[in-house]
Amino acid sequence: MAVLVYAESWNGSFKKATFEAVSYAAQLANKIGTDAIAITIAHQGDANELGNYGANKVLTITNDTLNTFNNQSYAHAIVSASNHVSAETVVISNTNNGKAIAPIIAAKRESALITNAIELPSTLSPFTIKRKAFSSKAFALFSSDSNEKVISITPNAFGIHEIQVSTTIESFSYNTTDSDQRLKSVSVDSATGKIPLPEAELVVSAGRGLKGPENWGMIEELADLLGAATACSKPVSDIGWRSHSEHVGQTGIAINPQLYIAVGISGAIQHLAGVNASKNIVVINTDPEAPFFKAADYGIVGDAFEVVPKLIEAIKTHKSNN
Amino acid sequence: MKILVCISHVPDTTSKINFTNNNTEFDSNGITYVINPYDEFGLTRAMVIKETSGATVTVINVGPSSTEPTLRKALAIGADNAIRINAEPTDANYVARLLANYAKNENFDLIITGRESIDYNGGAVPGMLATYLDIPFVNACLGLELNGNQATVIREIDGGKETLEGNLPMLLAGQKGLVEEKDLRIPAMRGIMMARKKPLTVIEAGNAEKQTSVIKFDLPEAKAACTMIDADNVDQLVQLLHSEAKVI
Ligand SMILES: Cc1cc2nc3c(=O)[nH]c(=O)nc-3n(C[C@H](O)[C@H](O)[C@H](O)COP(=O)(O)OP(=O)(O)OC[C@H]3O[C@@H](n4cnc5c(N)ncnc54)[C@H](O)[C@@H]3O)c2cc1C
Ligand SMILES: Nc1ncnc2c1ncn2[C@@H]1O[C@H](COP(=O)(O)O)[C@@H](O)[C@H]1O
Repeated sequence: MAVLVYAESWNGSFKKATFEAVSYAAQLANKIGTDAIAITIAHQGDANELGNYGANKVLTITNDTLNTFNNQSYAHAIVSASNHVSAETVVISNTNNGKAIAPIIAAKRESALITNAIELPSTLSPFTIKRKAFSSKAFALFSSDSNEKVISITPNAFGIHEIQVSTTIESFSYNTTDSDQRLKSVSVDSATGKIPLPEAELVVSAGRGLKGPENWGMIEELADLLGAATACSKPVSDIGWRSHSEHVGQTGIAINPQLYIAVGISGAIQHLAGVNASKNIVVINTDPEAPFFKAADYGIVGDAFEVVPKLIEAIKTHKSNN
Repeated sequence: MKILVCISHVPDTTSKINFTNNNTEFDSNGITYVINPYDEFGLTRAMVIKETSGATVTVINVGPSSTEPTLRKALAIGADNAIRINAEPTDANYVARLLANYAKNENFDLIITGRESIDYNGGAVPGMLATYLDIPFVNACLGLELNGNQATVIREIDGGKETLEGNLPMLLAGQKGLVEEKDLRIPAMRGIMMARKKPLTVIEAGNAEKQTSVIKFDLPEAKAACTMIDADNVDQLVQLLHSEAKVI
């Protein structure tokens, strides 16, 4: 019956997306009339924190062979935990690591897998759930008769909901097998201190209108000032002005932040596909006919090289007054 | 070396998405179908392996006969043979099972898929297929180096990259980075002529369970008109973002 949620940690601490997944699992469990049980793997902080988001119990796995993320062994550990607590539903956040384990868990448990979920199920029997489809150009209502389910939720769609419950912590042991560890992690190259794009609340993005990589200073400054992540259009990453990991759109990362500021981006259909789920879109473009204005909430027709520095100053003034 | 490239057949990225039959079916009227963009990177990478160290490249799709032009296109790009498993690909688990039923006796050294299909964005088939075949699965793969049986792969992680090592066989769910955009192959005349003679085998789908179905589609709500702000009045934007949008 129980709902099991994978509480992902990164470098030993929980990610923001984790609190959202736990919030989702808690509300789902409540709807079903069961408990939300979280599972942590190689987490170093206090797992009681998950009680703030509604986890009734936390299973913690600390096992030296699981210190580095490995999709097979992590997935197998979660399957083992799901059997231990008789969970019918497993909730995961659709982060890159989430995407690497969710299908393995679903296949091992013979579960239905519903990825990109954005809401709680609208009905429990039949089980129906709304998910993003066609690269955010549409939504699809999925239904499943399977008792066993794996639900992978889109970061930032459901939100974090604090509800304090009392939590018990139980250590859980899982012994990895050799076949779990056929892939070995050699190195991790992460841009430290950077906000990961998929879970960023605010995003500042720029396109070919910026003319060259040397002009990104003001974009980074604006992003830093707002505490935003930076992104770019596809041609910008194709020509190597910015790293591939910043490319948003239909064939890049799909995001749904609270605020998306697009500077010098025309708003091609493939670009919009990945960003139009953003709650507020600001477009800055010299061309009043740029298609992006049709998808925007706020628009400024103007030269980025004049508007962005002014915007930076205006935000600094706003910050010092508030 | 035997390589399998899984190809999904999807609406071209410029497609306007519409539904029919009371929003229960995708409207394919006027839609051009293409090889899933992520699969193109994998297919091109397979061609590079074939040219540098020798390999046979099989492409496969689970779909009705209308997907054959997409498989022919993959043959024209250089795949050696194509398989179509005759079934409607309506559920990820079903597709993964059918692919696994075929692949389990074929001993592929490398299976390359896309990170996700751009229609349903499931990102589900590759990991399920790898699990059914009991081989390692690398999601969001953006780099591959082969040294005999040994593979070094790079995968995308939130805010960075991770390098992994392991032995073949394995399954890579790829994207840009496996090859660069500028290196993507498009079918040339000679390739198209040769593709006509290459084998495209149709296999009937065996039994496999479906665990999900789509009951209804929806389009996002239309946006209200954009509030235009004068370029000389950037303060107004900051005010609106603060008091109306409440994001700063
Ligand atoms: C299969 C396929 C998949 C694709 N997937 C994606 C995807 O995932 N993501 C994506 O982004 N694109 C994607 N594209 C590309 C897409 O079609 C567009 O080509 C791309 O989004 C355009 O990028 P851009 O807006 O940066 O450049 P451009 O279209 O060149 O636009 C530049 C804009 O900057 C404006 N500008 C110029 N100078 C200034 C200035 N000084 N100040 C302010 N504005 C200025 C111009 O008016 C113009 O609107 C895909 C294309 C294909 C074929
Ligand atoms: N019907 C299909 N036939 C063959 N391969 C598929 C099919 N559906 C998905 N795939 C493969 O799995 C990848 C991810 O698809 P999906 O899980 O549907 O997002 C695609 O890029 C393809 O490589």
